Amino acid sequence: MKATLQNIGLFLISGTLLILFWQFWVVWFEVPSYFLPSPEATGEALLYGLSGPYYPHIWATLSATLYGYVLGCGLAIVTGVIVAETPLVEKILTPYIVALQAIPKVALAPLIIVWFGYGLSSKVIMVAMICFFPVFVNVVVGIKATDANLISLFRAFSASRWMMLWHLKLPGAASMIFAGLQVSIVFALIGTIVTEFVASKLGLGVLISSSMTNLNVANMFAIIVLLAVLGIALNEIMRVVHRRVVFWESNRN
Amino acid sequence: MKTQHEEDATALPSVLRFDAVGLNYKTRSGTTTALEGLNIDIAEAEFVSVLGPSGCGKSTLMKIASGLLPTTSGSAKLSGQVITGPNPEVGVVFQQPTLLPWKTVLENVLMPIRSLGLPQKQYRSRAMQLLDLVNLSDFANNYPYELSGGMQQRVGIARGLVHDPKVLLMDEPFAALDAMTRETMMGELQRIWMETRKSVLFITHSIPEAVFLSDRVVTLSQRPGRVIDDLRIDLPRPRQLQDMTSAEFGAHSARLRQLFVDMAKSADPQEATA
Repeated sequence: MKATLQNIGLFLISGTLLILFWQFWVVWFEVPSYFLPSPEATGEALLYGLSGPYYPHIWATLSATLYGYVLGCGLAIVTGVIVAETPLVEKILTPYIVALQAIPKVALAPLIIVWFGYGLSSKVIMVAMICFFPVFVNVVVGIKATDANLISLFRAFSASRWMMLWHLKLPGAASMIFAGLQVSIVFALIGTIVTEFVASKLGLGVLISSSMTNLNVANMFAIIVLLAVLGIALNEIMRVVHRRVVFWESNRN
Repeated sequence: MKTQHEEDATALPSVLRFDAVGLNYKTRSGTTTALEGLNIDIAEAEFVSVLGPSGCGKSTLMKIASGLLPTTSGSAKLSGQVITGPNPEVGVVFQQPTLLPWKTVLENVLMPIRSLGLPQKQYRSRAMQLLDLVNLSDFANNYPYELSGGMQQRVGIARGLVHDPKVLLMDEPFAALDAMTRETMMGELQRIWMETRKSVLFITHSIPEAVFLSDRVVTLSQRPGRVIDDLRIDLPRPRQLQDMTSAEFGAHSARLRQLFVDMAKSADPQEATA
Protein backbone atom coordinates (compact mmCIF):
# COMPACT_ATOMS: atom_id res chain seq x y z
CA MET A 1 0.00 0.00 0.00
CA LYS A 2 2.78 2.38 0.99
CA ALA A 3 4.74 1.36 -2.09
CA THR A 4 1.69 2.05 -4.29
CA LEU A 5 1.28 5.54 -2.86
CA GLN A 6 4.96 6.19 -3.44
CA ASN A 7 4.66 5.02 -7.05
CA ILE A 8 1.68 7.27 -7.65
CA GLY A 9 3.53 10.21 -6.08
CA LEU A 10 6.60 9.64 -8.27
CA PHE A 11 4.42 9.37 -11.36
CA LEU A 12 2.63 12.64 -10.57
CA ILE A 13 5.92 14.49 -10.03
CA SER A 14 7.61 13.14 -13.16
CA GLY A 15 4.46 13.70 -15.23
CA THR A 16 4.17 17.32 -14.11
CA LEU A 17 7.83 17.95 -14.90
CA LEU A 18 7.43 16.39 -18.34
CA ILE A 19 4.40 18.57 -19.16
CA LEU A 20 6.17 21.70 -17.91
CA PHE A 21 9.20 20.85 -20.03
CA TRP A 22 6.96 20.33 -23.08
CA GLN A 23 5.17 23.67 -22.48
CA PHE A 24 8.44 25.61 -22.14
CA TRP A 25 9.94 23.93 -25.20
CA VAL A 26 6.98 24.90 -27.37
CA VAL A 27 6.94 28.51 -26.08
CA TRP A 28 10.72 29.03 -26.07
CA PHE A 29 11.37 27.69 -29.55
CA GLU A 30 8.11 29.03 -30.96
CA VAL A 31 7.15 25.64 -32.37
CA PRO A 32 4.20 26.10 -34.73
CA SER A 33 0.99 24.58 -33.31
CA TYR A 34 0.32 22.57 -36.52
CA PHE A 35 3.57 20.72 -35.79
CA LEU A 36 3.61 20.30 -32.01
CA PRO A 37 0.79 21.83 -29.99
CA SER A 38 1.50 22.96 -26.44
CA PRO A 39 0.06 20.98 -23.52
CA GLU A 40 -2.19 23.96 -22.99
CA ALA A 41 -3.63 23.71 -26.52
CA THR A 42 -3.97 19.94 -26.15
CA GLY A 43 -5.81 20.41 -22.88
CA GLU A 44 -8.13 22.95 -24.42
CA ALA A 45 -8.91 20.63 -27.34
CA LEU A 46 -9.55 17.78 -24.94
CA LEU A 47 -11.86 19.83 -22.73
CA TYR A 48 -13.77 21.11 -25.72
CA GLY A 49 -14.11 17.59 -27.10
CA LEU A 50 -15.28 16.22 -23.78
CA SER A 51 -17.86 18.99 -23.49
CA GLY A 52 -19.87 17.11 -26.15
CA PRO A 53 -18.48 16.50 -29.64
CA TYR A 54 -16.36 13.44 -28.66
CA TYR A 55 -19.08 11.34 -27.10
CA PRO A 56 -20.65 9.71 -30.18
CA HIS A 57 -17.14 8.81 -31.29
CA ILE A 58 -16.05 7.46 -27.92
CA TRP A 59 -19.19 5.38 -27.82
CA ALA A 60 -18.67 4.08 -31.37
CA THR A 61 -15.07 3.10 -30.66
CA LEU A 62 -15.73 1.61 -27.26
CA SER A 63 -18.79 -0.42 -28.27
CA ALA A 64 -17.06 -1.83 -31.36
CA THR A 65 -14.03 -2.72 -29.24
CA LEU A 66 -16.06 -4.48 -26.56
CA TYR A 67 -18.44 -6.33 -28.92
CA GLY A 68 -15.51 -7.48 -31.03
CA TYR A 69 -13.55 -8.46 -27.96
CA VAL A 70 -16.36 -10.52 -26.48
CA LEU A 71 -17.11 -12.16 -29.83
CA GLY A 72 -13.47 -12.93 -30.65
CA CYS A 73 -12.56 -14.17 -27.19
CA GLY A 74 -15.75 -16.20 -26.85
CA LEU A 75 -15.12 -17.91 -30.18
CA ALA A 76 -11.49 -18.44 -29.23
CA ILE A 77 -12.42 -20.18 -25.99
CA VAL A 78 -15.00 -22.45 -27.61
CA THR A 79 -12.77 -23.30 -30.58
CA GLY A 80 -9.76 -23.72 -28.30
CA VAL A 81 -11.59 -26.22 -26.12
CA ILE A 82 -12.82 -28.21 -29.13
CA VAL A 83 -9.37 -28.25 -30.73
CA ALA A 84 -7.63 -29.24 -27.48
CA GLU A 85 -10.15 -31.99 -26.77
CA THR A 86 -10.55 -33.57 -30.21
CA PRO A 87 -7.34 -34.53 -32.03
CA LEU A 88 -9.18 -34.98 -35.34
CA VAL A 89 -10.54 -31.42 -35.34
CA GLU A 90 -7.09 -30.22 -34.36
CA LYS A 91 -5.55 -31.98 -37.36
CA ILE A 92 -8.14 -30.55 -39.74
CA LEU A 93 -8.09 -26.97 -38.43
CA THR A 94 -4.40 -26.46 -37.64
CA PRO A 95 -3.19 -25.57 -41.18
CA TYR A 96 -5.95 -22.97 -41.60
CA ILE A 97 -5.37 -21.50 -38.18
CA VAL A 98 -1.65 -21.24 -38.79
CA ALA A 99 -2.23 -19.58 -42.19
CA LEU A 100 -4.74 -17.13 -40.77
CA GLN A 101 -2.46 -16.34 -37.88
CA ALA A 102 0.40 -15.55 -40.24
CA ILE A 103 -1.59 -12.82 -42.05
CA PRO A 104 -1.31 -9.39 -40.46
CA LYS A 105 -5.00 -9.00 -39.62
CA VAL A 106 -4.98 -5.23 -40.21
CA ALA A 107 -4.16 -5.96 -43.86
CA LEU A 108 -7.66 -7.39 -44.14
CA ALA A 109 -9.33 -4.18 -42.96
CA PRO A 110 -10.05 -2.76 -46.47
CA LEU A 111 -11.49 -6.10 -47.58
CA ILE A 112 -13.71 -6.33 -44.52
CA ILE A 113 -14.99 -2.81 -45.15
CA VAL A 114 -15.80 -3.75 -48.76
CA TRP A 115 -17.81 -6.69 -47.45
CA PHE A 116 -19.42 -5.28 -44.34
CA GLY A 117 -19.61 -1.53 -44.87
CA TYR A 118 -18.68 1.55 -42.88
CA GLY A 119 -20.60 0.72 -39.73
CA LEU A 120 -20.20 -1.22 -36.54
CA SER A 121 -20.05 -4.71 -38.07
CA SER A 122 -16.77 -4.17 -39.93
CA LYS A 123 -15.05 -3.01 -36.77
CA VAL A 124 -16.48 -5.84 -34.68
CA ILE A 125 -15.26 -8.43 -37.19
CA MET A 126 -11.81 -6.85 -37.36
CA VAL A 127 -11.49 -6.72 -33.59
CA ALA A 128 -12.77 -10.27 -33.18
CA MET A 129 -10.14 -11.56 -35.61
CA ILE A 130 -7.34 -9.74 -33.84
CA CYS A 131 -8.48 -10.89 -30.40
CA PHE A 132 -8.97 -14.50 -31.43
CA PHE A 133 -5.42 -15.78 -31.64
CA PRO A 134 -3.83 -14.80 -28.34
CA VAL A 135 -6.77 -16.32 -26.50
CA PHE A 136 -7.12 -19.36 -28.73
CA VAL A 137 -3.46 -20.33 -28.40
CA ASN A 138 -3.54 -19.96 -24.63
CA VAL A 139 -6.72 -22.00 -24.29
CA VAL A 140 -5.23 -24.88 -26.28
CA VAL A 141 -1.88 -24.80 -24.49
CA GLY A 142 -3.51 -24.33 -21.08
CA ILE A 143 -5.89 -27.26 -21.50
CA LYS A 144 -3.18 -29.53 -22.83
CA ALA A 145 -0.95 -28.63 -19.90
CA THR A 146 -3.39 -30.08 -17.35
CA ASP A 147 -1.53 -31.91 -14.57
CA ALA A 148 -1.34 -35.60 -15.50
CA ASN A 149 -1.76 -36.61 -11.85
CA LEU A 150 -5.02 -34.72 -11.62
CA ILE A 151 -6.24 -36.35 -14.83
CA SER A 152 -5.43 -39.79 -13.34
CA LEU A 153 -7.29 -38.82 -10.19
CA PHE A 154 -10.39 -37.74 -12.11
CA ARG A 155 -10.29 -40.87 -14.23
CA ALA A 156 -9.87 -43.10 -11.18
CA PHE A 157 -13.03 -41.55 -9.76
CA SER A 158 -14.93 -42.24 -13.01
CA ALA A 159 -15.25 -38.56 -13.96
CA SER A 160 -17.13 -37.84 -17.17
CA ARG A 161 -15.47 -35.93 -19.95
CA TRP A 162 -17.65 -32.93 -19.20
CA MET A 163 -16.78 -33.02 -15.48
CA MET A 164 -13.10 -33.28 -16.34
CA LEU A 165 -13.34 -30.28 -18.66
CA TRP A 166 -15.48 -28.08 -16.44
CA HIS A 167 -14.00 -28.87 -13.05
CA LEU A 168 -10.41 -29.58 -13.96
CA LYS A 169 -9.13 -28.50 -17.36
CA LEU A 170 -10.80 -25.11 -17.70
CA PRO A 171 -10.08 -23.85 -14.18
CA GLY A 172 -6.56 -25.23 -14.54
CA ALA A 173 -6.09 -23.28 -17.75
CA ALA A 174 -7.78 -20.15 -16.37
CA SER A 175 -4.57 -18.33 -15.61
CA MET A 176 -3.25 -18.82 -19.14
CA ILE A 177 -6.60 -17.95 -20.68
CA PHE A 178 -6.65 -14.69 -18.74
CA ALA A 179 -3.13 -13.89 -19.87
CA GLY A 180 -4.47 -14.18 -23.43
CA LEU A 181 -7.52 -12.08 -22.59
CA GLN A 182 -5.29 -9.36 -21.21
CA VAL A 183 -3.16 -9.24 -24.35
CA SER A 184 -6.28 -9.19 -26.50
CA ILE A 185 -7.96 -6.23 -24.81
CA VAL A 186 -5.10 -3.99 -25.94
CA PHE A 187 -5.16 -5.53 -29.43
CA ALA A 188 -8.90 -4.93 -29.58
CA LEU A 189 -8.48 -1.17 -29.35
CA ILE A 190 -5.84 -1.27 -32.08
CA GLY A 191 -8.23 -3.20 -34.33
CA THR A 192 -10.99 -0.66 -33.91
CA ILE A 193 -8.78 2.36 -34.54
CA VAL A 194 -7.18 0.84 -37.65
CA THR A 195 -10.55 -0.03 -39.15
CA GLU A 196 -11.73 3.51 -38.41
CA PHE A 197 -8.64 4.90 -40.15
CA VAL A 198 -9.46 2.96 -43.30
CA ALA A 199 -13.08 4.04 -43.52
CA SER A 200 -15.81 4.54 -40.99
CA LYS A 201 -18.63 6.88 -40.12
CA LEU A 202 -17.90 7.38 -36.44
CA GLY A 203 -15.13 6.68 -33.95
CA LEU A 204 -11.99 8.12 -32.40
CA GLY A 205 -9.96 6.78 -35.33
CA VAL A 206 -12.19 8.78 -37.69
CA LEU A 207 -11.58 11.88 -35.58
CA ILE A 208 -7.80 11.39 -35.73
CA SER A 209 -7.80 11.05 -39.52
CA SER A 210 -10.12 14.03 -40.03
CA SER A 211 -7.92 16.10 -37.69
CA MET A 212 -4.98 15.12 -39.86
CA THR A 213 -6.74 16.49 -42.95
CA ASN A 214 -7.41 19.79 -41.13
CA LEU A 215 -3.91 19.87 -39.61
CA ASN A 216 -5.62 20.12 -36.22
CA VAL A 217 -2.74 18.49 -34.40
CA ALA A 218 -3.94 19.61 -30.96
CA ASN A 219 -7.09 17.58 -31.49
CA MET A 220 -5.02 14.55 -32.55
CA PHE A 221 -3.02 14.87 -29.37
CA ALA A 222 -6.16 15.15 -27.30
CA ILE A 223 -7.59 11.96 -28.80
CA ILE A 224 -4.32 10.08 -28.35
CA VAL A 225 -4.36 11.05 -24.69
CA LEU A 226 -7.96 9.86 -24.47
CA LEU A 227 -7.05 6.55 -26.15
CA ALA A 228 -4.18 6.06 -23.75
CA VAL A 229 -6.55 6.54 -20.82
CA LEU A 230 -9.08 4.12 -22.36
CA GLY A 231 -6.38 1.53 -23.03
CA ILE A 232 -5.03 1.74 -19.51
CA ALA A 233 -8.53 1.51 -18.03
CA LEU A 234 -9.50 -1.55 -20.09
CA ASN A 235 -6.24 -3.27 -19.28
CA GLU A 236 -6.63 -2.48 -15.60
CA ILE A 237 -10.19 -3.84 -15.54
CA MET A 238 -9.00 -7.10 -17.06
CA ARG A 239 -6.16 -7.30 -14.58
CA VAL A 240 -8.55 -6.97 -11.65
CA VAL A 241 -10.98 -9.50 -13.14
CA HIS A 242 -8.07 -11.89 -13.68
CA ARG A 243 -6.96 -11.59 -10.06
CA ARG A 244 -10.50 -12.05 -8.78
CA VAL A 245 -11.37 -15.05 -10.92
CA VAL A 246 -8.05 -16.88 -10.67
CA PHE A 247 -7.74 -16.04 -6.97
CA TRP A 248 -5.72 -19.13 -6.12
CA GLU A 249 -2.77 -18.10 -8.30
CA SER A 250 -2.11 -14.76 -6.61
CA ASN A 251 -2.50 -16.33 -3.16
CA ARG A 252 0.00 -19.07 -3.81
CA ASN A 253 3.23 -18.22 -2.07
CA MET B 1 7.38 -68.21 -2.36
CA LYS B 2 3.72 -68.14 -1.38
CA THR B 3 4.04 -68.31 2.37
CA GLN B 4 1.84 -69.28 5.27
CA HIS B 5 -0.47 -66.29 4.84
CA GLU B 6 -2.31 -68.10 2.04
CA GLU B 7 -3.69 -70.58 4.57
CA ASP B 8 -4.58 -68.27 7.42
CA ALA B 9 -5.88 -65.49 5.14
CA THR B 10 -8.61 -67.83 3.95
CA ALA B 11 -10.48 -66.84 7.11
CA LEU B 12 -11.18 -63.40 5.65
CA PRO B 13 -12.54 -62.99 2.12
CA SER B 14 -10.20 -61.61 -0.51
CA VAL B 15 -11.00 -58.06 -1.59
CA LEU B 16 -8.28 -57.26 -4.08
CA ARG B 17 -6.45 -59.98 -5.90
CA PHE B 18 -3.75 -59.88 -8.56
CA ASP B 19 -3.78 -63.16 -10.42
CA ALA B 20 -0.65 -63.88 -12.48
CA VAL B 21 -0.68 -60.24 -13.61
CA GLY B 22 1.67 -59.33 -16.42
CA LEU B 23 2.09 -56.00 -18.11
CA ASN B 24 4.08 -55.12 -21.21
CA TYR B 25 4.33 -51.78 -22.83
CA LYS B 26 5.88 -50.68 -26.06
CA THR B 27 8.83 -48.33 -26.10
CA ARG B 28 10.94 -47.08 -28.97
CA SER B 29 13.45 -49.88 -28.42
CA GLY B 30 10.81 -52.61 -28.30
CA THR B 31 8.60 -54.15 -25.67
CA THR B 32 9.33 -53.68 -21.98
CA THR B 33 7.89 -56.03 -19.38
CA ALA B 34 6.92 -54.05 -16.30
CA LEU B 35 5.21 -56.83 -14.35
CA GLU B 36 5.34 -60.58 -14.80
CA GLY B 37 3.33 -63.37 -13.17
CA LEU B 38 2.54 -61.23 -10.16
CA ASN B 39 0.28 -62.63 -7.44
CA ILE B 40 -0.93 -60.60 -4.48
CA ASP B 41 -4.05 -61.18 -2.44
CA ILE B 42 -5.39 -58.57 -0.07
CA ALA B 43 -8.03 -59.63 2.44
CA GLU B 44 -10.76 -57.54 3.96
CA ALA B 45 -9.47 -54.96 6.45
CA GLU B 46 -5.89 -55.95 5.66
CA PHE B 47 -3.09 -53.41 5.30
CA VAL B 48 -0.63 -54.61 2.68
CA SER B 49 2.44 -52.66 1.64
CA VAL B 50 4.18 -53.22 -1.65
CA LEU B 51 7.87 -52.51 -1.40
CA GLY B 52 10.23 -52.45 -4.31
CA PRO B 53 13.17 -50.72 -5.94
CA SER B 54 12.59 -47.75 -8.24
CA GLY B 55 11.17 -48.72 -11.59
CA CYS B 56 9.88 -52.13 -10.46
CA GLY B 57 6.34 -51.30 -11.48
CA LYS B 58 4.89 -50.44 -8.08
CA SER B 59 2.94 -47.51 -9.46
CA THR B 60 1.86 -49.58 -12.45
CA LEU B 61 0.30 -51.97 -9.98
CA MET B 62 -1.73 -49.16 -8.55
CA LYS B 63 -2.87 -48.02 -12.00
CA ILE B 64 -4.04 -51.56 -12.71
CA ALA B 65 -5.93 -51.77 -9.43
CA SER B 66 -7.64 -48.44 -10.02
CA GLY B 67 -8.71 -49.56 -13.48
CA LEU B 68 -6.66 -46.98 -15.35
CA LEU B 69 -4.45 -49.53 -17.07
CA PRO B 70 -5.51 -52.93 -18.44
CA THR B 71 -3.27 -55.93 -17.79
CA THR B 72 -1.61 -57.69 -20.72
CA SER B 73 -1.89 -61.10 -19.05
CA GLY B 74 -3.57 -62.45 -15.94
CA SER B 75 -6.18 -60.40 -14.16
CA ALA B 76 -6.82 -58.09 -11.23
CA LYS B 77 -10.00 -58.79 -9.34
CA LEU B 78 -12.01 -56.73 -6.93
CA SER B 79 -14.31 -58.84 -4.74
CA GLY B 80 -14.01 -61.60 -7.33
CA GLN B 81 -14.90 -59.36 -10.28
CA VAL B 82 -12.27 -58.72 -12.94
CA ILE B 83 -11.34 -55.03 -12.97
CA THR B 84 -12.06 -53.56 -16.39
CA GLY B 85 -12.19 -49.86 -15.58
CA PRO B 86 -12.45 -47.30 -12.79
CA ASN B 87 -14.59 -48.64 -9.97
CA PRO B 88 -16.43 -46.82 -7.18
CA GLU B 89 -15.26 -49.49 -4.70
CA VAL B 90 -11.73 -48.12 -5.03
CA GLY B 91 -10.31 -45.00 -3.42
CA VAL B 92 -6.97 -43.56 -4.45
CA VAL B 93 -4.35 -41.39 -2.76
CA PHE B 94 -1.44 -40.19 -4.83
CA GLN B 95 2.13 -39.19 -4.07
CA GLN B 96 1.25 -35.54 -4.57
CA PRO B 97 -1.83 -34.25 -2.73
CA THR B 98 -3.36 -33.44 -6.17
CA LEU B 99 -5.95 -31.09 -4.70
CA LEU B 100 -7.83 -28.62 -6.86
CA PRO B 101 -6.50 -25.18 -5.85
CA TRP B 102 -9.77 -23.46 -6.79
CA LYS B 103 -11.91 -25.59 -4.48
CA THR B 104 -12.15 -25.48 -0.71
CA VAL B 105 -10.96 -28.40 1.40
CA LEU B 106 -14.53 -29.67 1.81
CA GLU B 107 -15.24 -29.37 -1.93
CA ASN B 108 -12.04 -31.25 -2.63
CA VAL B 109 -13.06 -34.06 -0.30
CA LEU B 110 -16.43 -34.22 -2.05
CA MET B 111 -14.87 -34.32 -5.52
CA PRO B 112 -15.21 -38.13 -5.94
CA ILE B 113 -18.88 -37.87 -4.94
CA ARG B 114 -19.57 -35.39 -7.72
CA SER B 115 -17.45 -37.39 -10.10
CA LEU B 116 -19.26 -40.64 -9.34
CA GLY B 117 -22.62 -38.90 -9.66
CA LEU B 118 -23.62 -39.54 -6.03
CA PRO B 119 -25.85 -37.09 -4.11
CA GLN B 120 -23.48 -34.48 -2.68
CA LYS B 121 -25.82 -33.32 0.08
CA GLN B 122 -25.98 -36.78 1.62
CA TYR B 123 -22.23 -37.12 1.66
CA ARG B 124 -21.55 -33.71 3.17
CA SER B 125 -21.78 -34.92 6.75
CA ARG B 126 -19.62 -37.93 5.93
CA ALA B 127 -17.04 -35.61 4.40
CA MET B 128 -17.10 -33.52 7.57
CA GLN B 129 -16.66 -36.64 9.72
CA LEU B 130 -13.67 -37.66 7.62
CA LEU B 131 -12.17 -34.18 7.95
CA ASP B 132 -12.65 -34.59 11.67
CA LEU B 133 -10.92 -37.97 11.47
CA VAL B 134 -7.89 -36.43 9.77
CA ASN B 135 -8.00 -33.51 12.27
CA LEU B 136 -8.88 -30.89 9.70
CA SER B 137 -12.48 -30.03 10.54
CA ASP B 138 -11.49 -26.43 11.27
CA PHE B 139 -10.13 -26.09 7.73
CA ALA B 140 -13.16 -27.29 5.77
CA ASN B 141 -13.68 -23.89 4.13
CA ASN B 142 -10.02 -23.06 3.59
CA TYR B 143 -8.27 -23.36 0.28
CA PRO B 144 -5.44 -25.85 -0.28
CA TYR B 145 -2.80 -23.12 -0.58
CA GLU B 146 -3.53 -22.18 3.03
CA LEU B 147 -2.52 -25.67 4.21
CA SER B 148 0.88 -27.27 4.82
CA GLY B 149 2.04 -30.27 2.78
CA GLY B 150 1.10 -32.76 5.50
CA MET B 151 -2.34 -31.21 5.89
CA GLN B 152 -2.90 -31.31 2.14
CA GLN B 153 -2.03 -34.98 2.06
CA ARG B 154 -4.51 -35.64 4.90
CA VAL B 155 -7.18 -33.95 2.77
CA GLY B 156 -6.15 -36.38 0.03
CA ILE B 157 -6.69 -39.32 2.41
CA ALA B 158 -10.14 -38.03 3.44
CA ARG B 159 -10.99 -37.65 -0.26
CA GLY B 160 -9.89 -41.23 -0.96
CA LEU B 161 -12.27 -42.48 1.74
CA VAL B 162 -15.29 -40.24 1.15
CA HIS B 163 -17.31 -42.59 -1.04
CA ASP B 164 -16.72 -45.45 1.40
CA PRO B 165 -14.68 -47.67 -0.93
CA LYS B 166 -13.73 -51.25 -0.06
CA VAL B 167 -10.10 -50.69 -0.96
CA LEU B 168 -7.83 -47.71 -0.53
CA LEU B 169 -4.90 -47.55 -2.93
CA MET B 170 -2.04 -45.37 -1.75
CA ASP B 171 0.86 -44.59 -4.05
CA GLU B 172 3.79 -43.39 -1.92
CA PRO B 173 1.52 -40.89 -0.21
CA PHE B 174 4.21 -39.54 2.10
CA ALA B 175 7.08 -39.45 -0.38
CA ALA B 176 6.77 -35.70 -0.93
CA LEU B 177 6.78 -34.85 2.78
CA ASP B 178 9.73 -34.02 5.01
CA ALA B 179 11.02 -36.68 7.41
CA MET B 180 9.35 -35.35 10.56
CA THR B 181 5.94 -34.86 8.93
CA ARG B 182 6.28 -38.30 7.44
CA GLU B 183 6.60 -39.96 10.84
CA THR B 184 3.60 -38.05 12.18
CA MET B 185 1.62 -39.06 9.12
CA MET B 186 2.52 -42.73 9.66
CA GLY B 187 0.95 -42.56 13.11
CA GLU B 188 -2.03 -40.68 11.71
CA LEU B 189 -2.59 -43.19 8.93
CA GLN B 190 -2.46 -46.10 11.36
CA ARG B 191 -5.09 -44.40 13.52
CA ILE B 192 -7.31 -43.65 10.51
CA TRP B 193 -6.95 -47.19 9.25
CA MET B 194 -7.78 -48.67 12.66
CA GLU B 195 -10.95 -46.58 12.77
CA THR B 196 -12.09 -47.26 9.21
CA ARG B 197 -10.72 -50.79 8.68
CA LYS B 198 -10.42 -50.55 4.93
CA SER B 199 -8.29 -52.89 2.89
CA VAL B 200 -5.22 -50.88 1.96
CA LEU B 201 -2.70 -51.38 -0.81
CA PHE B 202 0.14 -49.12 0.23
CA ILE B 203 2.94 -48.56 -2.23
CA THR B 204 6.21 -47.34 -0.78
CA HIS B 205 9.96 -47.51 -1.07
CA SER B 206 10.50 -46.95 2.63
CA ILE B 207 11.19 -50.07 4.72
CA PRO B 208 10.35 -48.52 8.15
CA GLU B 209 7.12 -47.08 6.75
CA ALA B 210 6.11 -50.48 5.40
CA VAL B 211 6.95 -52.35 8.62
CA PHE B 212 5.29 -49.78 10.86
CA LEU B 213 2.01 -49.68 8.97
CA SER B 214 1.45 -53.11 7.48
CA ASP B 215 -0.07 -56.46 8.28
CA ARG B 216 1.96 -57.80 5.39
CA VAL B 217 4.83 -56.45 3.36
CA VAL B 218 5.11 -57.73 -0.20
CA THR B 219 8.49 -57.14 -1.84
CA LEU B 220 8.82 -56.90 -5.61
CA SER B 221 11.88 -57.66 -7.66
CA GLN B 222 13.46 -55.32 -10.12
CA ARG B 223 11.77 -55.04 -13.50
CA PRO B 224 9.95 -57.12 -14.49
CA GLY B 225 8.28 -56.88 -11.10
CA ARG B 226 7.47 -60.19 -9.44
CA VAL B 227 6.74 -60.97 -5.80
CA ILE B 228 9.95 -62.18 -4.17
CA ASP B 229 8.88 -61.99 -0.55
CA ASP B 230 5.69 -61.81 1.48
CA LEU B 231 6.34 -60.95 5.11
CA ARG B 232 3.69 -60.96 7.83
CA ILE B 233 4.19 -58.28 10.47
CA ASP B 234 2.57 -59.42 13.71
CA LEU B 235 3.53 -56.50 15.92
CA PRO B 236 0.63 -55.50 18.19
CA ARG B 237 -1.40 -52.40 17.34
CA PRO B 238 -1.56 -49.53 17.86
CA ARG B 239 2.14 -49.40 17.12
CA GLN B 240 4.06 -46.47 18.53
CA LEU B 241 6.84 -44.57 16.80
CA GLN B 242 9.22 -45.62 19.61
CA ASP B 243 8.47 -49.28 18.75
CA MET B 244 10.54 -48.69 15.66
CA THR B 245 13.64 -49.21 17.79
CA SER B 246 12.40 -52.57 19.17
CA ALA B 247 14.20 -55.83 18.38
CA GLU B 248 11.23 -57.30 16.48
CA PHE B 249 10.83 -54.19 14.36
CA GLY B 250 14.56 -54.29 13.71
CA ALA B 251 14.43 -57.95 12.68
CA HIS B 252 11.68 -57.35 10.16
CA SER B 253 13.45 -54.30 8.75
CA ALA B 254 16.73 -56.18 8.54
CA ARG B 255 15.13 -59.02 6.59
CA LEU B 256 13.61 -56.61 4.10
CA ARG B 257 16.81 -54.64 3.80
CA GLN B 258 18.73 -57.83 3.06
CA LEU B 259 16.41 -58.47 0.11
CA PHE B 260 17.35 -55.10 -1.32
CA VAL B 261 21.04 -55.67 -0.75
CA ASP B 262 20.79 -58.98 -2.62
CA MET B 263 18.86 -57.34 -5.43
CA ALA B 264 21.42 -54.57 -5.81
CA LYS B 265 24.23 -57.17 -5.93
CA SER B 266 22.61 -59.22 -8.65
CA ALA B 267 21.55 -56.23 -10.70
CA ASP B 268 23.45 -54.36 -13.33
CA PRO B 269 24.77 -51.33 -11.41
CA GLN B 270 23.41 -48.94 -14.03
CA GLU B 271 19.94 -50.40 -13.65
CA ALA B 272 20.08 -50.01 -9.88
CA THR B 273 20.41 -46.25 -10.12
CA ALA B 274 17.78 -45.90 -12.83
